[in-house]
Formats: sequence, structure tokens, C-alpha cells
Amino acid sequence: MSDFDYSIVEEAAKQLYIRSLCDLPPDVRDALKKAYARETKPTARSVYEAIFKTIEIADSGKTLICQDTGLPLYKVKIGSGYAWNGYEIKNRLIDGTRRATQEFPFRGSSTDPLLRVNPQTSVGPGLPVFYWDFAEGDTLDILMAPKGSGSENMSKMQMFTPADGIKALKKFVLDAVVGSGGNPCPPGIIGVGFGGTADLVTKLAKDAILRPVGQRNPDPEIAAIEVELEDAINASGVGAMGLGGDVTTLAVHIETAYTHITQNPVAVNTQCWPARRARAIIHPDGAVEYGY
Amino acid sequence: MAEYHLTSPFSEQDIRQLHAGDIVRFDGRLFGIRDLTQIYMFDQGHEPPVSLAGYPCIHTAPSLRKTGDKWEKICVGTTTSTRMDRFSPELISKYGVRAIIGKAGLYEKSLDAMKEHGAVYLAIVGGSAALETLQIEEVEAVYWEHLHPEAIYQFRVKDFGPLTVAMDSHGRHLYDEVREEAARRMPEIYKKLGL
Repeated sequence: MSDFDYSIVEEAAKQLYIRSLCDLPPDVRDALKKAYARETKPTARSVYEAIFKTIEIADSGKTLICQDTGLPLYKVKIGSGYAWNGYEIKNRLIDGTRRATQEFPFRGSSTDPLLRVNPQTSVGPGLPVFYWDFAEGDTLDILMAPKGSGSENMSKMQMFTPADGIKALKKFVLDAVVGSGGNPCPPGIIGVGFGGTADLVTKLAKDAILRPVGQRNPDPEIAAIEVELEDAINASGVGAMGLGGDVTTLAVHIETAYTHITQNPVAVNTQCWPARRARAIIHPDGAVEYGY
Repeated sequence: MAEYHLTSPFSEQDIRQLHAGDIVRFDGRLFGIRDLTQIYMFDQGHEPPVSLAGYPCIHTAPSLRKTGDKWEKICVGTTTSTRMDRFSPELISKYGVRAIIGKAGLYEKSLDAMKEHGAVYLAIVGGSAALETLQIEEVEAVYWEHLHPEAIYQFRVKDFGPLTVAMDSHGRHLYDEVREEAARRMPEIYKKLGL
């Protein structure tokens, strides 16, 4: 086993949670500016003006962008070129999440589903949510997202039949987004999962909201459906915060997986305008690079 | 669309002049309440220890820090109002609240109470807690501390907003209007998608 100092992972987890809550990724900022430039309704324009002021205040280090600190999610990619200790990484990410919550301090949002008791730690059985993957290279790549609840509560999944085809996806996504109105704090990212199993399709929808805004699916046919759905959703007129306007979503992202010959699963995961995420790339020598 | 700058407490006249789509900012006192606050008030029958008459109430569960007797703000933001709809008519009729501030709106019985008693629903920009926190000058008092972070919070605010009049005292409901317009547009959107 290597002699890597895993307190570096713990500190990175703490920093990632705080950074994600305070510093919105540049692609999200750009997308919001473009949406504002397109918007013609005065009510919606005043929403964007408040959004830009909020981002500015958070940038000046005064407070968090949104009070909903969400549920913490980590996507971890472990490089094959170094003897990373996965068990140690997991425990340090949990400890770092707890420390961020208690040392900043900000509101912990995790709770027991039956007793509804909040330990004010942001962790607990099953939390944080972890997704593990492996890659070439020797780095440890950690993507952290605090998922807010106004948008998460609008999530939907359905198992359609193969005969329903791609039309089922289009109608399901459009109806879900328009039906959500102002609840998920639009304009945000609409994540769509397509294929896989019931659990995988839901995970794919979450992967989709974590892509930089507007980064298209590499399959041109899927990318064309993303554009088609963006136009359809924006034509609804739901607008910023559901108060009416020209832009209801910044982007639709679709992630796909092969599915069973008898299945046609579709899932929607909505992301609010503060589409928060932060990334750390940790090197075997202990160096940490922060980004998005 | 008109813009107004008000000072709380609000008179009935202050509120009746507002129409759906107008933008409001205000100075003065603002009360923070949430789900549990209202369960405690209405379901469990506890009378609030402070008068809410004429004041605005915001749907929030703030992050605050208590040092000695003094409460300090850390982060104050707004939550979804629809969950608290059933308490809102009585909040207006029994306790004289003149404005409810939140996101995503309330329903028909709340709108009826607003018409009858002269109250409005003001939509804040969800997710913009940093801005709200800056506009709160002081946490003047916290009542029912044992319910924290869902107690009653008495804030003093300056230029609080922008808030959009989303439900007015004349029966207009902006969210419903947007929903109706979307429903009207849907057949054409479906057609374009080949559905």
C-alpha cells in the first residue's frame, strides 16, 4: 500500500462542498447571461437581474448562493496508474462532508426518512451519494454536487414499452418540465436518462445535469433531440421562476445506455438555475487542482 | 408593470394598489415562518407571541448563529410555498398578514382570502439567498426558539426585493395565467415534436 496522506482527500471534500455552494461554474454563468439577453418579458428580466446580483454577492465571499445546501453527491474516478485506497477515499469524503457542514457552518439538510431527525451533518446512512468509476492515468478525480430539493422533488421516471418509441420520451420530458412550473427554480438544466434499467436510467438523468451546460451528447441523433426538446420547453412560456418568459431551460442533456429488448425507460432529473458543482483532481504527490 | 417601494407594516391601501406583474421592494419588519411554525400555530393551537397584523411573512428556514442573546444571520433563503397553502387563508383572515412571500405560489382559497381581506402573494427569486441575506439588516427577535429553524423570525430589512406581485387582491393569479397560456400552446408544441 502507498503512503499517501488521505487527510488531503478529507480536506478536498470539505473545500468542494463549500466551493460548490459559493462559486457557480462559468458555463452556468454564461448560459444565464445568454438567457437574459434573449428574454423579452420584464418580469422575467427582473428575475435575472436578482440572479446576477446574487452571484456577485456570493463571489464577494459574503454567503452561500442558495440556503438549500442540498444532499451531497460525489462522482469519483479512480486512476489505474496509482495504488489508490478506495475504502480510505470513501471514509475521508464522508468526514470532509461532515466537517464542511459543521465548520462553515451551514444548514445540514440530511434527515432520517421516518423519524425526520436532522443530524446537521449532511451525512447519514446512504449519504453522501457515491458513484465510483475507473480511468486511465494516476489521478483521483472527484466531482461534487450539492443537489437542491426544489428541483430534485420534480424528478420523474417511467418504464415505457418499446412500441412507445422515442415519442414517449419527448412527451414525458416536455410534460414533466411544463408541469413543474416554477417549483424547480427555472431556468435550469433538464437531465434526461434514456435506456438502462429502472435504477440506471435515473442515475443517467443525474449524470446529464452534471455535464457543463450545453455540452452536447456525442451521438448526433441524440444531440438533435436535445435541441428539439429545448425549443419545445422554451416555447411553453413557463419562464424564469414560472412567472412567464421566453426561456424555461438553459439546456436539455440526454444520457443513454443500452436497455432490455422489452424495455424503454425514461427518467427526468431537473436542476435549478444555481446548477452547482465543483471538482478536485488529486495527484499522487498530494497536489490538488480545483475546478468544475 | 409598475414598481413600488413600500414600508411595512402595510395598510390595506398599500396592498390594494398592487396588481399582478408589478415589482415591489420594501423596508421595515418581515416575519419568517415555515411548515412547522404553522403546524404549531394552526394544528396545535398556539397563539403567536407577536402581532403579525399588517406585516409580510416569508417562507424560510434560516441559517442563524446565536451568540449570547443575539442572533446573527448566516444564510436566509426562501422555500416553496405550495406546501403551506392550507395555512395561508387563516394567516391572512385571522392574523391580518398583508403579504406572503415565497416561491411557486399558493392556490385558490388563499387567493380568495387575499381578495376579501386585502393581501398579496409576492414571488421572490428562488435560489437567491445571498441577495436576501444581504438585504436583512438585523435579526431583531426569534420567537418559539424550540422550533428553530422553523420558529418565528423577526427580521429588519432594507430594499427587500425585487418581488413580483404574483397573486393580487383583485383576483389575478400570475402562475395560473402562465399555466393556462402553456396549456393553450401545448397542442402546437406536440405537433412540432411529431406527437
